[in-house]
Amino acid sequence: MTQVNRIGRGQVDFTKTLKFSFDGKSYTGHPGDTLASALLANGVRLMGRSFKYHRPRGPLSAGSEEPNALVELRGGARQEPNTRATTVELFDGLLAKSQNRLGSLKFDLLSINDRFSNFLTAGFYYKTFMWPAAFWEKFYEPIIRNAAGLGSLSLKDDPDVYDKGFLHCDLLIIGAGPAGLSAALTAGRAGADVILADEDFRMGGRLNSETFAIGDASGADWAAAAVAELASLPNVRLMPRTTVIGAFDHGIYGAVERVSDHIHTPDAGKPRQVLWRIYTKQTVLAAGAIERPIAFENNDRPGIMLASALRTYANRFAVAADRRVAIFTNNDDGHRTASDLHARGVKVVAVIDTRAEAPRSMDYEVLHGQVIDTKGRLGLTFAEVKLADGSMRTLDCGALGLSGGWNPNVHLTCHQRGRPTWNPDLAAFVPGTDLPPGMTVAGAAQGDLSTAGALAGGAKAARAVLGLKGRMPVLPEAEDAPVNITPFWYVEGCSRAWLDQQNDVTVKDVKLSHQEGFRSVEHLKRYTTLGMATDQGKTSNMGGLAIMAELAGKAIPEVGTTIFRPPYTPTAIGVLAGRHRGQEFHPKRLTPSHKWAEEQGAVFVEVGNWLRAQWFPKPGETHWRESVDREVLATRKSVGVCDVTTLGKVDVQGTDAAAFLNKIYCNGFAKLAVGKTRYGLMLREDGIAMDDGTAARLAEDHFVVTTTTANALPVYRHMEFVRQCLCPDMDVQLISTTEAWAQYAVAGPNSRKLLEKIVDQDISNEAFPFMACANITICGGLRARLFRISFSGELAYEIAVPMAYGDALMRKIMEVGAEFDVTPYGTEALGVMRIEKGHAAGNELNGTTTAQNLGMGRMISSLKDCIGKTLSQREGLNADGDLRQVGIRPVDPNDPVPAGAHLMNADGPIDAAHDQGYATSACYSPNLGHAIAIGFLKNGSDRMGERMRLVSPLTKVQVDVEITSAHFIDPEGERLRA
Amino acid sequence: MRYSGFKVIKEALTGHKGWTPAWRDPAPQSHYDIVIIGGGGHGLATAYYLAKQYRQKRVAVLEKGWIGGGNVGRNTTIIRSNYLLDGNEPFYEFSLKLWEGLEQDFNYNAMISQRGILNLIHSDAQRDAFIRRGNAMILNGADAEMLTTEQIKARYPFLNTDDARFPIKGGLAQHRGGTVRHDAVAWGYARGADGHGVDIIQNCEVTGFRIENGKCLGVETTKGFIGAGKVGCAVAGSSSRLMSKADMRLPMESHVLQAFVSEGLKPVLPGVITFGAGHFYCSQSDKGGLVFGGDLDGYNSYAQRGNLPVVEDVCEGGMAIFPAFGRARLLRMWGGIMDMSMDGSPIIDRTHIDGLYFNGGWCYGGFKATPASGFCFAHLLATDTPHPTATAYRFDRFEKGLMIDEKGMGNQPNLH
Amino acid sequence: MIIDHPLLGPRDSAEFTYMGDARLIDRPDPDAETAAQDFYEYGYLRGNPAGWHDELWFHEAGDRSWLVVTRNTLTHEISKVQLARDVARSRGRSK
Repeated sequence: MTQVNRIGRGQVDFTKTLKFSFDGKSYTGHPGDTLASALLANGVRLMGRSFKYHRPRGPLSAGSEEPNALVELRGGARQEPNTRATTVELFDGLLAKSQNRLGSLKFDLLSINDRFSNFLTAGFYYKTFMWPAAFWEKFYEPIIRNAAGLGSLSLKDDPDVYDKGFLHCDLLIIGAGPAGLSAALTAGRAGADVILADEDFRMGGRLNSETFAIGDASGADWAAAAVAELASLPNVRLMPRTTVIGAFDHGIYGAVERVSDHIHTPDAGKPRQVLWRIYTKQTVLAAGAIERPIAFENNDRPGIMLASALRTYANRFAVAADRRVAIFTNNDDGHRTASDLHARGVKVVAVIDTRAEAPRSMDYEVLHGQVIDTKGRLGLTFAEVKLADGSMRTLDCGALGLSGGWNPNVHLTCHQRGRPTWNPDLAAFVPGTDLPPGMTVAGAAQGDLSTAGALAGGAKAARAVLGLKGRMPVLPEAEDAPVNITPFWYVEGCSRAWLDQQNDVTVKDVKLSHQEGFRSVEHLKRYTTLGMATDQGKTSNMGGLAIMAELAGKAIPEVGTTIFRPPYTPTAIGVLAGRHRGQEFHPKRLTPSHKWAEEQGAVFVEVGNWLRAQWFPKPGETHWRESVDREVLATRKSVGVCDVTTLGKVDVQGTDAAAFLNKIYCNGFAKLAVGKTRYGLMLREDGIAMDDGTAARLAEDHFVVTTTTANALPVYRHMEFVRQCLCPDMDVQLISTTEAWAQYAVAGPNSRKLLEKIVDQDISNEAFPFMACANITICGGLRARLFRISFSGELAYEIAVPMAYGDALMRKIMEVGAEFDVTPYGTEALGVMRIEKGHAAGNELNGTTTAQNLGMGRMISSLKDCIGKTLSQREGLNADGDLRQVGIRPVDPNDPVPAGAHLMNADGPIDAAHDQGYATSACYSPNLGHAIAIGFLKNGSDRMGERMRLVSPLTKVQVDVEITSAHFIDPEGERLRA
Repeated sequence: MRYSGFKVIKEALTGHKGWTPAWRDPAPQSHYDIVIIGGGGHGLATAYYLAKQYRQKRVAVLEKGWIGGGNVGRNTTIIRSNYLLDGNEPFYEFSLKLWEGLEQDFNYNAMISQRGILNLIHSDAQRDAFIRRGNAMILNGADAEMLTTEQIKARYPFLNTDDARFPIKGGLAQHRGGTVRHDAVAWGYARGADGHGVDIIQNCEVTGFRIENGKCLGVETTKGFIGAGKVGCAVAGSSSRLMSKADMRLPMESHVLQAFVSEGLKPVLPGVITFGAGHFYCSQSDKGGLVFGGDLDGYNSYAQRGNLPVVEDVCEGGMAIFPAFGRARLLRMWGGIMDMSMDGSPIIDRTHIDGLYFNGGWCYGGFKATPASGFCFAHLLATDTPHPTATAYRFDRFEKGLMIDEKGMGNQPNLH
Repeated sequence: MIIDHPLLGPRDSAEFTYMGDARLIDRPDPDAETAAQDFYEYGYLRGNPAGWHDELWFHEAGDRSWLVVTRNTLTHEISKVQLARDVARSRGRSK
């Protein structure tokens, strides 16, 4: 098919031809076309189906407010459902499909819904489908779900890349129509840092769609010249194809730039879209206005569209929606469309004006009356007109333009809960006085609907917000017609007259909503779904609430609007996520010996953002347990080494350092000798255990505190809170050194012998006993820290070196430890050994356990205050029968003792009422030859040796267990003092 | 009027002339036995059960704006009873059971859809915690199932299991969980309550309490004084504002929680799914929109709107597990005021003022609790004793150290 | 949001971690006879105003200052930002 509906010239480049396909059929268009304009040029009016009744749909608009012409754009993994054909810039090879149909677009089997529309009125589903109850999920709902929805996702991973960025400016101008361009010229010439963003690919706004002159140039040429001048200014950033989606707090705007949507596939290395966060001091909103339709019977056929859209298609895209056009209007603007179309040789069969005092024309007939019905199965063929004198006329036309007045685009003025106000002269809502701070509105968005008004408004707004002095520059002459409108919302007596064409909300539905008491504007919306479609009611809400106002006997402003919420237009979830997906979802934190561990074939595990070696499989080991058991046994037998760099470390210095630690730990630190380390338990102020770790006193006024890996950040924040907010005069300084020191646990009976080979000082048991700490040097002078502390229960040390030496130290330890068969072990073996020793870790310090629960109640010093002490004394935290940490072993050594299982008495029911506690951490102990667990048990310390049942109905496990001490290995702690 | 398929057909054939308002629009009387402040889900449910279950005759609901305009009108519609602690699980299971018969009970199709909820697991510690939770659920009579990664992948083949920063290591499913058409809950309860004689009074803001000698005698409103034998407050995010009029300070903060909906899409997600290594959960409405959310913005707010960082954070979580969602479009974002309590659990209790009762602190779990919250609050108001499933929801639990802290985050509301 | 840090100038709120009401500075005297009640109120009761609110923000991705930010919870407008340490001292806190 050729482009039968092309008329004259426009802003499309006829020198180049683009091929595209819609529903498998090939067409041609030109650069500068949208998919909708190109389809219309090819005589295609039918582009979609409505949501509920599957009525045929063609474009209503020529812009982003489009409710109807939604297509699945592109194919394969790039398929984009619900894409507005009116905003898709045509490119060569474009592929689009219609959506929401069963069968073909022309013969949609679900259009049967339209036959039953009388049963499918607003909210009908709330009144039925209730019996039998089980039928909802099994029968009714699947039918509804499959019929509902619009387009389809491919469900393949989005192959494109999205970026995010920050921009800063003095002035953000939203919209590059006459007001926005005027504001940008004013501000740009004054030297301000300006960003001018417009959702369209061609800047100029309505100037591209009108035939008005500005000065002695056409509006479109004036816009092009203005854009060219702005492009030459280094202080102005022009951002076409950029939608400002939201006005957020403190002058931060979200904007999406469609970098590659206008080409077939993004160029190599280029993102599809970019989310810009624009930080601006001032904003001029020049977002224009959107025309609204008029409701009458069957006003939804393809070919019926906004009059201004007909004008845009004709003037900008050189397309006539049809060769025979009628216009239905309640204001003077409708007549502009008629005269523009007539000038382009399109037959204007009539202009139907609801007003008696309508402008006359020599070129076409003007009828005083109303369109009361239309015909045409897949597109408009006839319009029925009832004249004011009561006579009827049938108009033969394939397009009908509706002009019900213009709604200023107040959307962004309301993003911070501002409310628009009613302007009776325009019969429209205009921006209120409660705008987001820093925002000024200009042009049609402010209600200045003439071109001259927009030019002046934009210039004035820019001058005002920038505080420019001097005389207002002379602006070019431009159209300055007043708005002549007599509000007219719907034709009396109409019923199936569409308000929301996507969701199929008709005048009848609004009447029913009123009849049933859903009269507040929010109830109306929610009951009928008016305005909940992908256009968020940009062309439908006003009509609905005008009718509701009339039915309720209220004025329109009394009914009010629903809340405008971001985004301004629907925004790809991909661009809001940016690069944060797949492996890049969160940053990876790697320890300095990560590379070394990789070389050993380590299996890594995510611990927060850290990657830690979980175990180190050796050739021939086929199950992780083999590796872990070997690592545990080798460590306990000789020596093992584990990377513990991820533990939080905080340097605490100052003359009040000890007093400070006394405050944050429940146990005492004031008397800790220099050169000694102590275990510390930290409480939250509510008395619950927060974290544990060690504090090593390297000097009178210098401690090194360690935290668990998970709590490194919260603990440091908490310490700073205590320091700055509670004890501001303490002489104490904190710095997180987690990433300054690489740290390794060297554990096992041969750990001293190994370390003696690299440590420059005497570390014999006498010189460096259990819990000793010191600044040392290793390998002949490298500064290091040594702590004789043990998580495994063995003779053990933790040795720290500056981060840059971590890798070298690990390799050195492996080298000098070869003679002891030193074994690297991962977090699994670490976990096994700590469970064997009954040390609490994250599963036990779960934010609900107290020091008492952990068996450390006596650690809370009675001699001093500490964070959490007072509230830890509340009765509910010290009740009889409280949970106590215990060990759990299976009676049959072959049984598992799963973590997360609950403890029940040996006899009696198994239910929540008889719950005795639960297992927190479990493992197989290769030293004991059976599974072990630690957990919490009511009155646990008095129940040693008791037989119980450990039950996990979830995983269908039930085992007989015996309660023991949690210290399964070396309960006297002889090994660590060796 | 009773709703049914038959009625719908009859009305369709007779021009829909027989439909009457779903609830009356009465002028307030001078005195009620019980006045409920707050025409949201919880307040309307309370009134419904007061009238229906507890046979209270003179009950009114006072609503500042239009009913159902608070969190019941803007949430992510999820119902579930996958709680851990003894103070919570029986209550939420009671709520789920009420949901299961609700539509037939109040004769309104709220599209209660038990298509299941699945919590993804990403670490061994998380698995241990979810096993403990799943066991607690089963021990309390609820349903729970542990799914393997393979089972999950079969159900959600487009989940990111190949290139995940935090690989999926299983999931805890509750098949009786699901979603509900949230507005319909408010309307169904309102219509049901109205049918049992409750006066629902919209556009009636409570401006103060009349308290004499330690007893609450009624409320001052924009429509004048309304006397009451008992006053029950169920105003969620506005709790602190309202109770300050009775000189009470509450153990809670008001925070903004944002939520999101995409454009309508053909069915992709059968049930609710939550990401365990980021802030993201998602379901798909019957209309086709992906309904999703994540974490609080984190700061105290009554503004009912949030900011971009959390929008991005949530979408990042979404893309982390569903890389196919990149080409779906976010249609609308909104923010509600969450009454975040100090331990993440609610309060249904008497206050120290005679005749003044309180229901609040629902954090972002209020929607699923609606039926049980209403039932238990009605029980308390009618009998002056706590309902057996809500005995732990006392004001004095903080003073006594009996917190119900599911997440173990302590007395910092924005962490719950 | 943007927080005008007294030392560093305007910074994006995403750099900060929020804690809550700045009354958390006023930790009660643990030795007072009413300590149990005082700590309960300190730990659990909040004014939670709809309007101006003094609140604690930690510059976690910055200089690690705790700040007291005076912010309107209805509009998010910020009227004042102070170093929490200065506020603490002005309220009589010392060691």
